[in-house]
Amino acid sequence: MAKLRAENITMGFDGERVIEDISLKLNEGEIVSLLGVSGSGKTTLFNVLSGLYSPESGKVYLDGEDITGKAGKISYMLQKDLLLPHYTIIDNVSLPLVIKGEKKKTAREKAMPYFAEFGLEGTQKKYPGELSGGMRQRAALLRTYLSSEGVALLDEPFSALDTITKSAIHTWYLDIMKKINLSTIFVTHDIDEAILLSDRIYILSGKPGRITDEIEITLPKPRSNKDVMTEAFISYKRLIAEKIAFEF
Amino acid sequence: MCLQLTRRLQSITNKAAPVISLAVLAALWLFVSEGGIVPAYMLPSPVEVVKAFVNDFDILCSHAAVTMQEAVYGLLIGTALAFVIAVLMDRFAFLHKALYPILVITQTIPTIAIAPLLVLWMGFSMAPKITLVVLTTFFPIAISLLDGFQSADIDEINLIRSMGGTRAQIFLHVKLPGAVEQFFSGLKVSASYSIVGAVISEWLGGFEGLGVYMTRVKKAYAFDKMFAVIILISVVSLLLMALVALLKRTAMPYKRSRQ
Repeated sequence: MAKLRAENITMGFDGERVIEDISLKLNEGEIVSLLGVSGSGKTTLFNVLSGLYSPESGKVYLDGEDITGKAGKISYMLQKDLLLPHYTIIDNVSLPLVIKGEKKKTAREKAMPYFAEFGLEGTQKKYPGELSGGMRQRAALLRTYLSSEGVALLDEPFSALDTITKSAIHTWYLDIMKKINLSTIFVTHDIDEAILLSDRIYILSGKPGRITDEIEITLPKPRSNKDVMTEAFISYKRLIAEKIAFEF
Repeated sequence: MCLQLTRRLQSITNKAAPVISLAVLAALWLFVSEGGIVPAYMLPSPVEVVKAFVNDFDILCSHAAVTMQEAVYGLLIGTALAFVIAVLMDRFAFLHKALYPILVITQTIPTIAIAPLLVLWMGFSMAPKITLVVLTTFFPIAISLLDGFQSADIDEINLIRSMGGTRAQIFLHVKLPGAVEQFFSGLKVSASYSIVGAVISEWLGGFEGLGVYMTRVKKAYAFDKMFAVIILISVVSLLLMALVALLKRTAMPYKRSRQ
């Protein structure tokens, strides 16, 4: 059974439809990318999946349970790291546990063991303003992980980073994902990133946005950013580029 | 090396500039009054003012204590009231619409015009003075807090919502800490208003306080004492503002660590 399932999601604002009849599934431990040009409704779809908005029609199921319009079940990470500037890293990271009713001290204790694993050792008492962009995204990912019940939505989480940091964080990300078994939907407009990180790719295009294609990526694992140059990788890239409909 | 030196020089000039301008102003004052350009009964020389200040120091202090008390009580009540109103206005849109114009209108009423009314209603005790300070300090704090609450980042709010957070949790973790900086800029303005507000209310009736003392020395045409009080009032206001700045630094440790 799929971990997360969305059925026939349609959503719009002010009478204008943004996404239409979107169905997708995410299996346990899988990384699935949503690839599409800007304005194809990726963010709207995420807001529906995470329960921040109720869709006009359609349903979202987590482990078979209907969670349509219910926030707090699926965690969410944006391009902006959204670490609260007034809290230290440990308090930022353990915030989801506090929100769910844990005492501050217990929440900190529960978050502590993950710092080493996420390469954040020694940052606990720092403020977000003192960390580099890459470190902040790691902290944001740890927070996302701690707030999740096994499913996380990542909305272009690395797109604000420079190319070198981004490439390093991809390798790190694949590595950490193996350890924490988080089922993830990943929004991106970077084709390389999508192929490198995903088990499957959904292509979202048109206005209103629809899922126009689904591509399984069977490249061997573990992958690293060196694979970007291989023949197999490039043929995926060609395939996807042809399928994305650019509308200017 | 050269850059470092320039930077150092710059920092010295930055600190020196206000000191120099103050010194020039004082020298000018001394020159104008001692040189007989302006008659002494109109503008006492700074030497006279310092003398008056030293001679009357005990009396000034006892009056200042009363004024400070009124100002601080008024400021505390004003802040508490502003906080409650700002929270309610942020939470309920209709309250925002209903109260905002009233708040603005209260600010167009000159303090000096309502002070006598307050005295008529409440007598010569501390109550009308504190009330006036509350009225003058409440507005800047309420507005800055409200702005702080309402300028909270929608993505940060959504983040807390996505964690299953309630409205109260959004307020506690995002809106309230996000408004701290604006709150303190409002408080700084209000702190300086509070002393002036207390002094003005004392002009119109009372037995103690710097305002009462001021009206007394005015009637005696003791210009040197008058100037001594004025300087004391601004010193006290500055001290209160410095206290606010200190509180702000303590309340926002994350601002200090950022370069």
